[in-house]
Amino acid sequence: MRLAEAWRVALDALRANRLRSVLTMLGVVIGVAAVVALVAIGTGTKQQIEQQVEGLGSNLLIVVPGRLEAGAAPSVSNLSLDDADAVGRIVGDRNRVAVTVASGENVRAGSRQTFTSMQGVLETTPTVFVRRLDRGAYLTRSDVNTARRVAVLGAGVATSLFGDRDPIGRQLTIGGVRFRVIGTFEPLGQSLGVDRDNEVHVPVTAAQRLLGTDRIDALAIRAPDRDRIDKLGADVVAALGERHPDTDFSAVTQQQILGVLGDILGVLTGVLAAIAGISLLVGGVGVSNIMLVSVRERTREIGLRKAVGARPRDIGLQFLLEAVLLTTIGGVLGMALGIGTALLADRLTPVPAAVTWWSLTLAFGVSAAVGILFGVVPAQRAGRLDPVVALRTE
Amino acid sequence: MSTPAIVATDVSRTYDLDGVSVPALRGVSLTVDQGDYVAIVGTSGSGKSTLMHLLGGLDRPTGGTLVIGGRDVATLSPPEMAKLRNEVIGFVFQSFHLLARTTARDNVALPLVYRGVGRRERRARAAELLERVGLGHRIDHRPNQMSGGEQQRVAIARALVTGPSVLLADEPTGNLDSVTGQSVLDLLESLNAEGVAVVLVTHDAEVAGRARRRIVMRDGLIVSADPPGAVPALSGGGS
Repeated sequence: MRLAEAWRVALDALRANRLRSVLTMLGVVIGVAAVVALVAIGTGTKQQIEQQVEGLGSNLLIVVPGRLEAGAAPSVSNLSLDDADAVGRIVGDRNRVAVTVASGENVRAGSRQTFTSMQGVLETTPTVFVRRLDRGAYLTRSDVNTARRVAVLGAGVATSLFGDRDPIGRQLTIGGVRFRVIGTFEPLGQSLGVDRDNEVHVPVTAAQRLLGTDRIDALAIRAPDRDRIDKLGADVVAALGERHPDTDFSAVTQQQILGVLGDILGVLTGVLAAIAGISLLVGGVGVSNIMLVSVRERTREIGLRKAVGARPRDIGLQFLLEAVLLTTIGGVLGMALGIGTALLADRLTPVPAAVTWWSLTLAFGVSAAVGILFGVVPAQRAGRLDPVVALRTE
Repeated sequence: MSTPAIVATDVSRTYDLDGVSVPALRGVSLTVDQGDYVAIVGTSGSGKSTLMHLLGGLDRPTGGTLVIGGRDVATLSPPEMAKLRNEVIGFVFQSFHLLARTTARDNVALPLVYRGVGRRERRARAAELLERVGLGHRIDHRPNQMSGGEQQRVAIARALVTGPSVLLADEPTGNLDSVTGQSVLDLLESLNAEGVAVVLVTHDAEVAGRARRRIVMRDGLIVSADPPGAVPALSGGGS
């Protein structure tokens, strides 16, 4: 029997049992769709996070107290503005050094209030990180030196406190202390799960006074070039270690953050794909099951085909192709469903999704392989049927 | 005279049921000549169905020698047996064994699929055969749209489409009323007159009476042959 003929016979058989074929395919469709959609979501999330980390600015070096190791206890910061000056001298340019002391604070303007992330910062922040103003001006060096009570609002904060009105020059209170708005940021959206539009920047000195501390939480450095970033990190950590002999410091680069996040997300994507793969496997078992039923149901047909000259391999091929058709058609439908689900999720929910060729190829290949794998046993059984017994079956 | 279509010499067939040997045929010798018309008669359990399966190459004997179309089946692999069935034998069954949801034409063309004949030629030859059995107007009908007699005619056309030398008919009239049965037998006989050997398996004495010779079986043995010696007086001579 020619192969083209065998395909036609298999297709006819599937058509003859349309409902059963569709239900059998459904298992494979769901399995493949799950693999494609979940891998797309995993990949999309990873890409988004990479963009966000890179969007912070280039050649960044974040310095925090404590060791960055799994299981290490978080340290209480004992960094101060003097340390920031010392780091500025090592870098050779104090404009490349930013600091933060952050605190969640209630901010009020008139009758409206909102809970924000107050960040005490230096005037250098926009040059170290990528941060664009929408209106007004940023903090100045003199604002920092004199602990002037001025604030720059994130886009979300500005909207919730002032609506459509221009906030520049208006008064608000942070933790009960009066500040004046001098600028607003462009909207930035979420970054690593944090709403960046919910920030309020004030001079670090004013924030320290408000919080009753002389500490800062962390330092960030924008290295002059990528090649010297590691050396600079080591120098800074060493210098800070000399100033605070009983504390460890760590310097992390964006590349290191990306590496760690990438590893975590890679594992996550793998786990998602594995779970989806199991459902694909279950779909394959369903195909096998139905093929065994089909062989039993069509015993008489098999007997007749053998009587008129079908060889065992002709019969085996017919049933194997049926199984392969079920899983490949199911695979194609599943790919379409998976892509559709991923695109919808990407557009309608905050979950990012990016469909990748490798996941499509893998899902389709696996579904075809599942068809062969789970079709072989029923096909062999059909091929080996004794024609005398098969013809006698009622 | 040409070689006989089928020669069975002291053929036996024993089934192994859970370790117990059950003999179904116990040494049967029979020759089916080209153009022969034989009826095999016997009650249920006499071994006549087993004999028919052997003569048709669906099964192999456990003893004796069986030569179909000049080839000893003991030397043939399963694929070779399939080829032999395709080329030498045409089967007609009591229950027709047509593929449901498949047109008369495609049912008739089925054996040619396994011979590797192209679709166009298959369909042409199937239409020709349906014409010959008087179903030229039923070509695209499905089995459930046809009467029993028509279905059996489709089955006969299917048996003939490969140009076999022997038609093996197992109770071909068993599921038909007597008038329809008669016309099916008439058809088989007209084919026989054209040179195809016909082997009829039946328990119906009237049907058997129409054959040129009769073989009566009981308990796995041939108990009588009529006429004795079983040499056909009017062999069609094959071709």
